[in-house]
Formats: sequence, structure tokens, C-alpha cells
Amino acid sequence: MSSRTIISCLQEAKRVAIFGGTHGNEMSGITLVNMWIQNSVEIERDGLVSKPFISNPRAVEKCTRYIDTDLNRAFTPENLSAPDVEGLPYEIQRAKEINRMFGPKGSSDAYDVIFDLHNTTSNMGSTLILESSTDFFNLQMVHYIKKAMAPHTCSVLLNEHPQLKYSTTRSVAKHPIGLEVGPQPQGVLRSNVFESMRTILKHALDFLELFNSGVEFPPCTVDVFRIQERMDYPRDTNGNITAMVHPHLQDCDWEPLNRGDPMFLTFDGRTILYEGANTVYPTFINEAAYYEKQQAFVTTCREILAANAIRKASNVFS
Amino acid sequence: MWLSIGMSAFLQVDTDGGITNQQQAEKDEMALAFLPALARMAVCGGTHGNELSGVYVVQEMERQRKEKGADTWPIPITTLLSNPQAVKECRRYIDTDMNRCFNRATLSSPIADSSAYEVRCAQELNNLLGPKGSTDATDMICDLHNTTSNMGLTLIHYTSNDWVTLHICKYLQTKITKVPVRVLVLDFPISDAYNLESVSKHGFTIEVGPQPHGVVRADIYIVMKEAVDLTIDWIHKFNSGMVFEGGDVEAFKFIKSVDYPRDPETRSLTAAIHPQLQDKDFCLLKRGDPLFFTFSGETVKYEEDETLHPFFINEAAYYEKASCVKDDPGLVIEAGKEGRDAAPAVLWPLRLDRACTN
Repeated sequence: MSSRTIISCLQEAKRVAIFGGTHGNEMSGITLVNMWIQNSVEIERDGLVSKPFISNPRAVEKCTRYIDTDLNRAFTPENLSAPDVEGLPYEIQRAKEINRMFGPKGSSDAYDVIFDLHNTTSNMGSTLILESSTDFFNLQMVHYIKKAMAPHTCSVLLNEHPQLKYSTTRSVAKHPIGLEVGPQPQGVLRSNVFESMRTILKHALDFLELFNSGVEFPPCTVDVFRIQERMDYPRDTNGNITAMVHPHLQDCDWEPLNRGDPMFLTFDGRTILYEGANTVYPTFINEAAYYEKQQAFVTTCREILAANAIRKASNVFS
Repeated sequence: MWLSIGMSAFLQVDTDGGITNQQQAEKDEMALAFLPALARMAVCGGTHGNELSGVYVVQEMERQRKEKGADTWPIPITTLLSNPQAVKECRRYIDTDMNRCFNRATLSSPIADSSAYEVRCAQELNNLLGPKGSTDATDMICDLHNTTSNMGLTLIHYTSNDWVTLHICKYLQTKITKVPVRVLVLDFPISDAYNLESVSKHGFTIEVGPQPHGVVRADIYIVMKEAVDLTIDWIHKFNSGMVFEGGDVEAFKFIKSVDYPRDPETRSLTAAIHPQLQDKDFCLLKRGDPLFFTFSGETVKYEEDETLHPFFINEAAYYEKASCVKDDPGLVIEAGKEGRDAAPAVLWPLRLDRACTN
């Protein structure tokens, strides 16, 4: 009796982009990309071209998240096919430009991999964000990065939720990966956060080089946190928040939240408890940018994803 | 660069015998400071629109006033958001930093259509809570701020000659134990002092961190609310005739600013605050200690002989101030020196004739 491993033969990853400044006040990515635009030695690897790129230069110049609208929500089919008219919001113009340069999204001409570098005010540590549970290439890359980073923890967030998933800048590529490192205030550069992000990218590029050289990666599993629900702050009839994330929940990203645990604290000192039936794992707890998106945190559930063995397809198929 | 801050040892009033009348009289004169009652107070939030603790403390105080009426606090308190448009947009400012608009020149500049939004607000606030430097000015403005730096609770005052802030700091230090409580003195003459609290006679800033801008953390909010409540408590006690013993207060004095290493042409940063200095506000920085960690992996050390205490380490808002003016040293770390300021005993406040009070 023989057991056969299914090996997915995938196209090599030749065209790789590293985006910083999708949000103009998330400083690790902006600083790294600017550094690599000046001197790209660190991000060069055999068998691939890696392009560092500032996605939202006007927002970076003003050190603000965005000018007119959030670039990282702008890559919808409607926006990407909008006609070039005057008065189009800056980020929608930019989305169309990025789609031309690195896409078109969904086509065979699109870039193979885009890494999109972000920071968060939440205590998420180093986090990799995936948009598909069946992209074996990405799962293998994430598995490789986690192993290489150990004992430093790298969490994996999966956003495949039909309503909560959003059209990211990186979604233009065949294999989009979000890098989210925190906590770091907007507009601030913290050395440890900067170096963590730099190290994640180093391992990611190492993986791509190995893959492109023909290395076969055996089947693997990846522990992920799958987004379930967005939880907003309690608000009054005018839409103003009436409570804050409770001190017991603040900074506890990825830790279990059980029914009856404190969740919010009102400004006059009353505790509001989590009432959900199941244990959840909150993340993006108290992210500055999400107050306007009606989000105090998201809940996730733990899941184990499996990936086939992968190796580079021979030229016949590429 | 150690500075001596007024080293006179004012003592509490005491009544031990064995000294001459002359000595006693001198001692009494030195030991007692009389101040009028602090009749009017203002609590201001949102001077920087994205420093959220103050915004929500003011909101909560206004809710309490609506619920409990005029007697919510033992003294009349005005509560307001200094920069409402910036608060609405959750930005530090709209046109210009409001907390630099309260020097004499800006307060007296003529308003035109092109005037900055914050300059207009500043002049309105000066009319409401001032006029700055006059006897009509509010007694106490508490201006509420947050910082991304790990500064705990820091009271900031623009002069070391006003003992009220030093006494309140001492009082807060005895009551607040969750976070360190310190006082920082900037030493400007009042007409040059450019921040909001200088409109009042005895105002100071309550600065609490670390908190990212645009975020309200419950633990930071609680500290700020407690600081405001205790300040009101102190004023009430003072106005009721309580004597506050004198003594020494450790105060930090601003000495200089330290900017990042920058690329000479592009002015962009070439290093970050060293991980061993990050979050170590008010600790000692000695010659040879790590200061910055460059992007190419080198440690830049502090090279001066003078031991200083860095603060406002890696405050988000100060990157802009450092980078927008070439050759300006900027304000990425501020370094200060710790000294002993003497706070005299404060005895009975002067009773103002009711006909004179407004």
C-alpha cells in the first residue's frame, strides 16, 4: 500500500511588491519602503524582482491615514472600473493607478505577491493577515515565516467573512499578504516594531527565493484566527461612544473572552460584560482608526487550516 | 547643564520655642504665603483634538452637571472643548497648533478672513477665560492632554514662581499611586508663555501617557479623571482655609531638545529611539547610554557629560515640529534636569471683600 502526497504545482513568484504607506501614518512600512527605495540590497533575492512602493504618497506627506477615503477599502470592482473623471476622490484615482501598475486584479498579468505593511495601535504583536483559507501558497509562506520567527510569536488572522472582508490594496495581486505589527501609535516609529516587521519580510523573501529555486514544501497546517464579528462601542443617540474598552480587555488581543467577562467600561464607571454564548478571541482591540468604522474590536475563532505540499511548476505550465 | 532652582528652604509654619522674636518674625514671614481664594476654575479638553482622555473627561463632567445640577462641584467650574473642530475631525489641529497661540503677540493680532481657525478660537477663549494677565482672568485652567510618551501623570507649568501647581502636585502624589506623578516647569515669562493655561492666574497642564492619539484607554482616562477630581478637591480645601504644609517638591526643568539623526539632504530619519531608551521617560540619561538605533544597525550613544532626564520620548506630534524647520533642533526628546523646588506653606487665603469679587 502506498500513500501519495498531493503536491500542488504552482507558478513561481517572480514579481513581488512591498507596499508601505497604504495608511500614511503607519510608520514602520513607510520607513522600510523609503529605505529600500534608496537601497534595495536587503530585499533582493535570486529569481525574483521585489519592488518597494509607497501606495498613498499624499497621505504619507501629511502623516494622515488617508486624504479622501481609506485606500485599503478602495479596491472594489465599482471603484476600479470607475471612469476617469474630475473630482474622483484621491484614493480612488490611486486605486485605479495601482491596479494598472500591479494588476489588473484577477488577471494573469497581476503581480504574484504583494506584501502590504501596516501598524496598529492594538496589542497584536506580529500578525500576518490572509484573505483566503485555500491559498496553499500563502499558507505555506505563513507557515515558513512562523517557524523562522519562533520563539517570537506570529499570529495569523484570516478575513474571509462575506460581509466583513474588504477590498484591500494588496488584493490586486494573486497572493496578497498583510503584515500588521503593533502596538504602535500612529505617526510614531518604535524601533522594536520596525525591526519585527523587517524580520518578517526577510523570512518571507527567503521563502519566495527557496520556492522559486524549486524547493518542495511538505504538507503543513497553520493555526489561524478566523474573523467572526465586529463589535462596536456602546453609543448614544448622537453616535458618540459612551464607554471605553474595559481595562481587563485592553491589550488582551488573541486571549480568550468568555461569557461574563468585562468588555466595556462606561465613563461613569459601569462595567458592561460580554454576553456571547461562545468563547471568542478578540483582536484589533482599540485600534485608533476603527472608531469611525464602528469597531471596538473583532471577535475571532480558532481554526486549523491545512495546506497541500507545494512546489514550483515546471516551465511547461507557466 | 545643571541649573539651580530657587533653593530657599521654606518650611512649614512651626511653633517651637527657643528663638528670638526677630528670628521668629523672619521665619514666619518666610514660611507663610497668602493667596486669594481660587474662585473660578476651567477644565479644558480637546486643545489637541486627537488627545481623547480630556475630551471624554469634559464630556463626562458635562453629563454630571446635567444630571446633578449646579452643585455638582464645590466651586464653579467651566468645562469646555478648546478646539471643537479638531475634536470633531479627531486631528491635533485644523490650521495651527492651538497650544502655541496664547502668547501676547498672537492674542492681540488682528483677525482677518485668512486668520487661522485656532487663532480665532484662542482669542475667543482669552475673552472668555482671561484676559490673560488681568485681574479678571480665571484663577485656574486645567488643560487636559495626552502623550504617546511614557510620562505617567505629569503636571506642566510655564513658571516655577507659582506655588499653587507645586502644592497640587504634592497633593496628587500622596493620593495617586497607580502611576508616577511629576511636575515639569518650562520657565517662560508670562507674556511669552504660549499655552492655554497661561491665560489663567495659576493654570497648568495635566499630561497623561502613554496613549496613542485618537484612542481612549480606560486606564489613562481613569488617571486623568482622578487628577481633575483631586485638583478640585485641593482647591476646595484651600478655599476653606486648610493649611498646606510646605516642603520640597522635585521638579523637572526643560533644558533642551534632542532631534533624531537625519539625512542631511532629505531630512528623513536615519534612526529610531533606541529600544533601551524607549519608554524610559524621566530616567537618568548618562554619557555612554544608548540614545538611537540606526536603520543600519548601529547604536548612537549620548555623548555629553551632563546627566539629564529625557521626557516626551518619541511623542508623535513632535516629529512634525522637528522636521518642518531645517536646522531647528526639534523636539523629539526633551531633556530636563531634576531639581528641588520649594513650596512654602500656604496659610489662610486672603479674604476678598465680597463687593470686589465678580
